[in-house]
Amino acid sequence: MSRVFVSRDMASVALGADDVARAFAAAGCQVVRTGSRGLFNIEPLVEVETEEGRIGFGPVGPADVAAVLDGSHANRLGRIEDLPFFAGQQRFTFARCGIIDPVDLNDYAAHGGWLGLEKARALAPQQVVDAVKASGLRGRGGAGFPTGIKWQTVLDAPAGDKFIVCNADEGDSGTFADRMLMEGDPYCLIEGMAIAAHAVGAGHGYIYIRSEYPFCVATMRAAIEASAHLVAPFVLEVREGAGAYVCGEETALLDSIEGKRGQVRAKPPLPALQGLFGRPTVINNVLSLAAVPFILSEGAEAYAAVGFGRSRGTMPVQLAGNVRHGGLYEIGFGITLGELVNEIGGGTASGRPVRAVQVGGPLGAYFPPSMFHLPFDYEAFAQAGGLIGHAGITVFDDSVDMAHMARFAMEFCAAESCGKCTPCRIGSTRGVEIMDRIIAERDITAPVRPEPVEGRARASTSSARTEGGYLGKALYSRAPDRIDVSIEAQTNLLRDLADTMKYGSLCALGGFTPYPVLSALDHFPEDFGASAPVKEAAE
Amino acid sequence: MEDFVTEWTARHGATRDRLLPLLHAMLEEAGYIDDALVPAIARALNLSRADVHGVITFYHDFRRTAPGRHVVKLCRAESCQARGGAAIEAAAAKRLGVAMGEVRADGQVALEPVYCLGLCAIGPNALVDGRPVGRIDAAVLERIALEVAA
Ligand SMILES: Cc1cc2nc3c(=O)[nH]c(=O)nc-3n(C[C@H](O)[C@H](O)[C@H](O)COP(=O)(O)O)c2cc1C
Ligand code: SF4
Repeated sequence: MSRVFVSRDMASVALGADDVARAFAAAGCQVVRTGSRGLFNIEPLVEVETEEGRIGFGPVGPADVAAVLDGSHANRLGRIEDLPFFAGQQRFTFARCGIIDPVDLNDYAAHGGWLGLEKARALAPQQVVDAVKASGLRGRGGAGFPTGIKWQTVLDAPAGDKFIVCNADEGDSGTFADRMLMEGDPYCLIEGMAIAAHAVGAGHGYIYIRSEYPFCVATMRAAIEASAHLVAPFVLEVREGAGAYVCGEETALLDSIEGKRGQVRAKPPLPALQGLFGRPTVINNVLSLAAVPFILSEGAEAYAAVGFGRSRGTMPVQLAGNVRHGGLYEIGFGITLGELVNEIGGGTASGRPVRAVQVGGPLGAYFPPSMFHLPFDYEAFAQAGGLIGHAGITVFDDSVDMAHMARFAMEFCAAESCGKCTPCRIGSTRGVEIMDRIIAERDITAPVRPEPVEGRARASTSSARTEGGYLGKALYSRAPDRIDVSIEAQTNLLRDLADTMKYGSLCALGGFTPYPVLSALDHFPEDFGASAPVKEAAE
Repeated sequence: MEDFVTEWTARHGATRDRLLPLLHAMLEEAGYIDDALVPAIARALNLSRADVHGVITFYHDFRRTAPGRHVVKLCRAESCQARGGAAIEAAAAKRLGVAMGEVRADGQVALEPVYCLGLCAIGPNALVDGRPVGRIDAAVLERIALEVAA
């Protein structure tokens, strides 16, 4: 009887992996459901256990069973780890993902699981915090704050109830690393949280998972139950989000766990001192916590040995959108944007030229190919007017209308604003209006883009969240004849508004929405009705 | 549903932090959260009605009207847009006979927006009655349409 491996990752299932798994089971194979290897153009992927290792075939369908089992299938890929996409990676955090059965405790232990926790428990809490500090690990949720320093604050807080909260809200479009890890190697996250609990003296942990990730919720719940005895007395619990992007912001997330509207809290007090239920709380992204078992088991130096400048260790980069080899690519910091998009990603899926990439989700900047020399590094991206965020790279081909993308950024901010501060709550709505005027004026005066793509005109002009609601009414609330609708005047107004949002918002939703908007304007002025690309001409 | 609320809180606790789990359980049970149940929820958790209303209306998931018998949640976020999501959205609205964000008049199917399913390299994506579907093109859309017609 052949043993075959088929992923049960949500993306694999979306491409038909369940049907493939059923077909192999019906043919008498022993089917092991794993996480995803992380390269989606070869999915659904089947790996067959042989003497030369696991031989992959993909993409395959349910009708391909016989051809796969006799080895004659045209999509034979050989050993997956030998494919260039995988051979070039440094899989510290995702070492087991796609290989093991995610909820099989024996499989996890056989692949180096629990070694980090064992080592941590043999150390004093301060030594664990010191190891995390020495690794140089910075928060992978977006802000890049040193994880060890955060833990130190919580360790130093007076004893009593303390909490570990895992931020698994992963709302950024173009990101899926948290999801893949939780579905493919949930014990890795649990181990990281248990190490954090030991390090700061916490007894209870929460994993806040967005409701759009039903597979994650189920897998994490099963894994928590199966491993409860191994992390005891530390206790873990999953909390499900409810479709609010802003709940990814750490203080909004804490309020949401407490059963409130997910509104952002003013800081100070820091969550590290007064977090969940007013108690000292470590709140970290999934990838930050999942990096910790490696740091403890392999040593802080091994982690810090790779990287670039002050960005140490590896980043699980996510190649998304219109990209040929989309997927998860874990690599040390310092690789350039161009290498990621063109060499590893293979350019666009549509075969058309790459026009723009958005890095870091809806609050991240758009970059043109002329900036592909940028190294993947927190500081380099900040200097270039952008951010790494959660390391999602969304690729767009030349059919993209950047003015529409700028409008979408404002619209998204308006729909997702928690409402606490004016620049974000009102400014985003004003921003949508300005973009509508610019687009209308542009389309009257100069239909610049010669090949309109089908359906483009509809893109994001109507949203159920805004249409007919308060936003619909407010959109044209000002008498149009009282406003100077020229592109120049509106562009100045847009920059002014972006400035107000950037400096006057309480959190990064309002504060960073100007990044996608202004980067689109600066790098692609022709889409905003201007004649020359200002920024590129200056280079 | 009022009994559901009291039974649920008896089993799972009635502290304030139980509010979201309770609302999720109600959503699972009835498909939506009826405004008429707000007083019962408030009583069970010892909160004000305004407070409960405020929480329900803050979160996009907590719908207050009945959903369609089938729900197609189509992603509208950037990565799906980059892969032709807008054209698929227009085609889906036309084929299913319902505008984005609405329930079809006969109650058979609802088309809802979702902002990212974390399947960003294989879009356009949707959740069809909770089942993920990727690489939606005309043929896949046709399969979805037949599925939700049943
Ligand atoms: C609007 C908004 C959304 C955010 N969404 C997320 C998210 O989905 N996941 C995440 O880990 N951090 C998110 N963050 C960042 C968190 O506030 C916080 O920095 C992070 O959880 C800290 O963990 P880390 O230090 O491990 O990165 C978001 C921030 C903002 C302002
Ligand atoms: S910037 Fe927006 S999301 Fe952030 S606190 Fe202000 S209103 Fe809330």
